[in-house]
Amino acid sequence: MSIAIQADLHVAHAADHHDDHHDTSGNTLFGFWIYLMTDCILFASVFATYAVLFMNTDGGVSGKDIFELDFVLIETAALLVSSITYGFAMICARHQKKAATLGWLLITFALGCVFIAMEVYEFHHLIEHGNGPDRSAFLSAFFALVGMHGLHVTAGLIWMLIMMVEVLKTGLTNRSITRLSCLSLFWHFLDIVWVCVFTVVYLLGVL
Amino acid sequence: MSFLGKLTLESIPYHEPIIMVTLAAVAIIGVIIAALITKHQKWGVLWHDWLTSVDHKKLGIMYIVLAMVMLVRGFSDAIMMRTQQALATNGAAGYLPPEHYDQIFTAHGVIMIIFMAMPFMIGLMNLVVPLQIGARDVAFPFLNNLSFWLTTSGAVLINISLGLGEFAKTGWVAYPPLSELAYSPGVGVDYYIWALQISGIGTTLTGVNFIATVLKMRAPGMKLMQMPIFTWACTWANVLIVASFPILTAVLGMLTLDRYLDFHFFTNDGGGNAMMYINLFWAWGHPEVYILVLPAFGIFSEVFSTFTSKRLFGYTSMVWATGAISVLGFIVWLHHFFTMGSSANVNAFFGVMTMVIAVPTGVKLFNWLFTIYRGRLRFTVPVLWSLGFMVTFTIGGMTGVLLALPGADYVLHNSLFLIAHFHNTIIGGAVFGYMAGFAYWFPKAMGFTLNERLGKASFWCWQIGFYVAFMPLYVLGFMGMTRRINHTDNPAWNFWLYFAVVGAFIILVGIILQFVQLYVSFRDREQNLDTTGDPWNGHTLEWSTSSPPQFYNFAQLDPVTDIDAFTDMKEKGTAYQRRETYQPIHMPKNTASGIAMAACITAMGFAAIWHIWWLAIVGFAGTFVLFLLRAYDNDVDYYVQPDEVARIENAHLDNVARGR
Amino acid sequence: MSNAYASHGEGDFSASVKSYLVGFVLSVVLTGIPFWSVMTHQFDHMTTLWVVVITALVQIVVHLKYFLHLDFSKEGRINTFSFLFTALIIVMVVGLSVWIIYAANELMM
Repeated sequence: MSIAIQADLHVAHAADHHDDHHDTSGNTLFGFWIYLMTDCILFASVFATYAVLFMNTDGGVSGKDIFELDFVLIETAALLVSSITYGFAMICARHQKKAATLGWLLITFALGCVFIAMEVYEFHHLIEHGNGPDRSAFLSAFFALVGMHGLHVTAGLIWMLIMMVEVLKTGLTNRSITRLSCLSLFWHFLDIVWVCVFTVVYLLGVL
Repeated sequence: MSFLGKLTLESIPYHEPIIMVTLAAVAIIGVIIAALITKHQKWGVLWHDWLTSVDHKKLGIMYIVLAMVMLVRGFSDAIMMRTQQALATNGAAGYLPPEHYDQIFTAHGVIMIIFMAMPFMIGLMNLVVPLQIGARDVAFPFLNNLSFWLTTSGAVLINISLGLGEFAKTGWVAYPPLSELAYSPGVGVDYYIWALQISGIGTTLTGVNFIATVLKMRAPGMKLMQMPIFTWACTWANVLIVASFPILTAVLGMLTLDRYLDFHFFTNDGGGNAMMYINLFWAWGHPEVYILVLPAFGIFSEVFSTFTSKRLFGYTSMVWATGAISVLGFIVWLHHFFTMGSSANVNAFFGVMTMVIAVPTGVKLFNWLFTIYRGRLRFTVPVLWSLGFMVTFTIGGMTGVLLALPGADYVLHNSLFLIAHFHNTIIGGAVFGYMAGFAYWFPKAMGFTLNERLGKASFWCWQIGFYVAFMPLYVLGFMGMTRRINHTDNPAWNFWLYFAVVGAFIILVGIILQFVQLYVSFRDREQNLDTTGDPWNGHTLEWSTSSPPQFYNFAQLDPVTDIDAFTDMKEKGTAYQRRETYQPIHMPKNTASGIAMAACITAMGFAAIWHIWWLAIVGFAGTFVLFLLRAYDNDVDYYVQPDEVARIENAHLDNVARGR
Repeated sequence: MSNAYASHGEGDFSASVKSYLVGFVLSVVLTGIPFWSVMTHQFDHMTTLWVVVITALVQIVVHLKYFLHLDFSKEGRINTFSFLFTALIIVMVVGLSVWIIYAANELMM
């Protein structure tokens, strides 16, 4: 019942503003996509630096010594599953299923937290054993690249938390759906970056 | 760690008389301006109509004001360097000690590129692009306001460095290992990092904003290949911004980690590789020069086609030549460091690519020549700047092709020949272009034309001054004089150094004449009013509005069917049409969020420079909270009612009828 | 992406779910293969390298298609082209940077 009313309001709202608002949401998504392209180039620059520095271990550890692939596999699984759960949240949001949307968002959030917790553990473990970013150029590049991805995921989690509050309070308005769509692009984009990270850093690192 | 981090009273350079006098002068000018604003009771207007405005036209004007202030600052640095080099010959020390001189040449480069040329270019783009494509505003008006304030935030930080602490002594490129903590322990490089980082993020957001604008907000019927040529040039520049500025963000971020958290990206020890900084810096730096010059090319195209009353020759080839330059601009960057000593194949590849990029640039020059050919060229101020550009830029281009030969570059690298070359292209290309654009669009922005006599006088001073100041540097480069020298003792160089300083003073006269021109034009504005909105018989849509344009730009537009849309309307007789009814117009409200967020970010940057960590956290948190408040503010837009629109439009059309 | 945003029907619901599931299964397979080949040392060094690189590239395409909904439709085309342009820039910047620095390193040995 409440969903139906919301949908009606939604239609009325759209009619009231001509097609201005529909345009705005299209523009927002496109603008956000272009922003993601800049983020791609940001990551590419750090990847290039990693590619140049990864052999400069300065007598310290190399990737072979510190990477544990089964650990990385679990991290990867968490992020990959979170991608599809976010996808389900998005589908529910477009069909105005508020409770289901919130449920899937919560699951995605939890999976993201698992990923970040594991990464923090890995970093802590490395630093504790004297393999922090100040040890060598290789470790600097490793911490910067993986850490930058981690910071992005953290930002995504904070954004997701805010969106959950927004959906809870205002329901699935046009505005919320546009914002959820942007976050969707962001979240899936981070998964692509992670594919590059586990390939270039971890898999090729222990090869 | 003290409450104010590294900041103490000793950070103020009060033992340096030159800096203290400068600061006093700035303070006095600031007080006078504040007093004038108070006297005329303009604080409210300044705040409500300008600083918080999301209107692209007003933001454009504010960008250009920022650029002009920074031009004065950057030129002061330039003339100090020239006089120092002229005085400090034959073993004399001159008046600038090395540690001060080093800061001056660094600040000169950073300010002229990042805080003069970029704001000038982005200002003209803001002012003109939405009007040319018949848009209500940019795609994201609030973001546009924020971008402006982020640029200003960077400019504020770099100017604070004058009176608190020091600026970088590394040259505007800040190469490590010199810029690493081990060799630059002061706050100078930190000022550099944060000023560039913050303004760079603002520029990236501008690029995103304008790409969305031209792709999503064009007038009904306007195809991509019907966009005015200046808009096309800006679009390619924005593509370059979006593709290259993140590289700068990344490389500055890595230098920050090196300096603040003991990382080893570019350090001498720990396996760092300083070459990677140089590489990434120029992977941004080279596209950056095209970001500066492509919009200038667009301005020349507009100026020549308007003042010959002809269609631009070769519109399509112009668009694709600009695109070719944009893509090729991404594979030539190594020519900035041939002498790094990569392999012969690498140097050969980048040398050849650099020569290839001269080809599309040549295509453009021929297009302009053919536009002028058999046209009736009106010798107005914008045309003079454009003709001056064609000659000067061609010389700069040819010396560039010389430098593109790796062998020749090994001889001339870091010599004054290089300095002469890039000033030849950046002043002769970008700055002359902005001056042309300034004179061309000034009546559109302000509603009255500029004084032609003073404009011409200023142009000739710039043009002659440029040759007198920079041709000697080519000679000095051949004679073996390297850049960034504080004092010299080679008698053979003296004549040319004296020669060059004369040129700097001629340019100074040119700059003063420009300010006189602004004053005189403003004083006599009643005689120079642009009542029709179309003072030059223009071709494109921006001339179909009033001068200055209504805040909503266009009440209503018929579908566009031609590149020269306004010429088309004038020929068909559909220009200046009175309409029976108007639609309500949806407008964004002004907001203080942009300036408030930028204030927090400035505080954060300042705190990071001085290691005042509590303030950095407060600044960051403040930015985040303000962002959330903005995101959940529902009072962001309003509608202009049809009767209001009709009143404004009819008043303008009455004016046009009287003016013609 | 923008066309997915506009859709509302019920049949569309299961179609979107199915599309996500297909993408997910493909991703799992394309993640599994490289991890398995590296962890079990199944192939020689060069073969493994190629397996890892190729599965990664394919997986990126899978993500772009099934999760980010890039396509060549009239509305979606501009997003795809902007991505392809970005990819071109990345290949040039990363590729040339690596070439430049490795060539220089070789001369420094």
